[in-house]
Amino acid sequence: MSDPQAALLVCQKLNALAGGLFLLTAFGMIAMRQVLASLNLFVGQSILLAAAAFFLGLQHGSVHLFVVAGITVFVKALLIPWLLRRIIRHEIYARREISQVLNIPTSLLIVVGLVMAAYFISSPLLRVTPDPFIRLNLPIGLAGLFLGAYGVMVRREAVPQVIGILSMENGAFFAGVAIASGLPLIAELAAAFDVLIIALVMGLLTHRIHERMGTTTVGRMVSLKEE
Amino acid sequence: MELLYILLIPLCTAGLSLLPFGRKWAAAVTILGALAVFLLSARTAFFSPRGEEVVALPGWISCDGLGALVLLLVAFVGLTAAIFSWEYIEKMVPSDRPRKIRRYYARYNLFLLSMLAVPAFSQVALVWIAVELTTLLSVFLVSFENTIEALEAAWKYVVLTCLGAAFALLGILILYWGMDLSGKEPFTWTGLSRASAGIPPDLLKAAFLLILVGFGTKAGLVPLHTWLPDAHSQAPSPVCALLSGVETTAVLYVILRLLPVLQSAPSIQGERWFLVAGLLSTGIAAFLLIQAKDYKRLFAFSTVEHMGIIMVAAGLGGPAAYYGAAFQMLSHGVTKSFCFFAAGSTLLVTGSREMATVRGLVRMSPGAAMALMAGGLAIAGAPPFAVFLSEFSILRAGLANGQYLASGLLAVFIVIAFWGILQPINRMVFGQPLEQSKKMGLPLTSGMALVLAAIPVIFLGLYLPEPLHELLRLAATALGR
Repeated sequence: MSDPQAALLVCQKLNALAGGLFLLTAFGMIAMRQVLASLNLFVGQSILLAAAAFFLGLQHGSVHLFVVAGITVFVKALLIPWLLRRIIRHEIYARREISQVLNIPTSLLIVVGLVMAAYFISSPLLRVTPDPFIRLNLPIGLAGLFLGAYGVMVRREAVPQVIGILSMENGAFFAGVAIASGLPLIAELAAAFDVLIIALVMGLLTHRIHERMGTTTVGRMVSLKEE
Repeated sequence: MELLYILLIPLCTAGLSLLPFGRKWAAAVTILGALAVFLLSARTAFFSPRGEEVVALPGWISCDGLGALVLLLVAFVGLTAAIFSWEYIEKMVPSDRPRKIRRYYARYNLFLLSMLAVPAFSQVALVWIAVELTTLLSVFLVSFENTIEALEAAWKYVVLTCLGAAFALLGILILYWGMDLSGKEPFTWTGLSRASAGIPPDLLKAAFLLILVGFGTKAGLVPLHTWLPDAHSQAPSPVCALLSGVETTAVLYVILRLLPVLQSAPSIQGERWFLVAGLLSTGIAAFLLIQAKDYKRLFAFSTVEHMGIIMVAAGLGGPAAYYGAAFQMLSHGVTKSFCFFAAGSTLLVTGSREMATVRGLVRMSPGAAMALMAGGLAIAGAPPFAVFLSEFSILRAGLANGQYLASGLLAVFIVIAFWGILQPINRMVFGQPLEQSKKMGLPLTSGMALVLAAIPVIFLGLYLPEPLHELLRLAATALGR
């Protein structure tokens, strides 16, 4: 076996490892009962996203993807957790169980179903390409998107919902680094900026809700509805 | 070049309105900036070479007929809402909190900027970011009154629309993938349209469905509309005018942009999806607005209904229906903003959002009562207002196409909504007053904004000037292939 082929194989294996762990962190976020643990898992997931971008960059020989990996680590693994800890410290460190609509074992069962759905949905899309990276990243990214959305739906509290939204974006970008690796750098930069604004705006709003109502169980706010 | 100025002016005015030069400074700067943006948009829309794109930065910032229509609409409502804000915000904010007023105007300008960026950007990934920013920059405008209800509305708004935006993001990335496979076109609306034949239909369908769900959430399409009546009723009225009148339209514009791309792959049946999503929204909103108890919520449900009508018009297909869709975007935008100015004036006069407690408005404030009645008639689609003409042109196009079922259902839903809107408004305006109440005048700027906003609402129903007709025709060609 020649060297470039071996290198490709190694990159592919490492990317697969990152993908598997990525999916595991997404499961972990559903299973965690504490806010701080969810946030740490989000940081881990972002680092895995950056790792996938890095391996893809090695494979395609693209500096561009290294930059994406760098931005991801800086914004999602450093800046956002720091920002959230600053704005809503008391919420992040609250030592209580996150209030959920469904209990965790049921949630995990549903989530397994969602992952299968993600593979099922992406299978017709994968027919167009033999690229091993896309074949791995697209279903995992889609699953990350679905799991994040599920987390937002079942959790009644503000901070876990913010983390759910951010992990959805991670899922979209996990697929994105493989399928849209040529996206102009300015778009990637703007997207990172956008994710930062999401964290900032939702963090500040959570802070305000806490100030005004003394709780951030947003799922219990039901004053607005038709009779 | 105009497009660059259009984007730079709100950025400057946002910065300027933070300067502490008295209570009127920020409002005055914002109105002047919005006026300049409106004039430049009118120049872009009417004085550019016929049928050619106005390009500021090739591949990044440019706009064709459809973009220019949305740009003009956003700029017009941006101007009238800025005028309406003047005394409305002045009255709402206690006199010892001048910083709150400055922050309102800074956010207002940034929100306006993000909405102007949606039609002005032609790079699709940047359009996604602009749409996402319209949410993020308007969240604190929705929660401006800082009541429990306003915070709840703002939270639902940001969570659901960001959730949708993440789906739309994957859709746009898949679209890029498809473009990449099919050749080296730039990732712009025109490039997408040219490359569409080469994109594998499976990818195109997946991308379209993700974007329809994602941005459909933000445009308020049923069943993902649940946040919309909350956010659009709790925000201060001038912000409601922007949210309901043009923000939803600007997002719908992005979905409509996919229509010509989908037509290259008949197996997807793009039109069918538009038709179903549109009829579902129109129908359910028509029934929901019957049971609204709050008049701002009533108008918000009517926005869901109108988004549905535009989707149906796009789904009917053919130049006449596309023309109707473009016309409906215009007429709904101007009329809905007028309705929210009327609702805001009513709120200023009565201090109540509930329809049951407002009776005999015509005796308390003839100005607000006239505006509310005219707004109700206009948005429900009574002749001779603009919405009547646009809805009529859509129905006529549907019947000419031979799509009797879709047109028939649309007509039924419009009639239900007509009754649902006019009955409560009629009672509010002409009903027996509950108690003796004294007459109250409207603030001058509110009256000015109402008059200015009423011009297109009434005028476009009677006569469509030639340049505007031409613009609508151009927008319609951008929807077809």
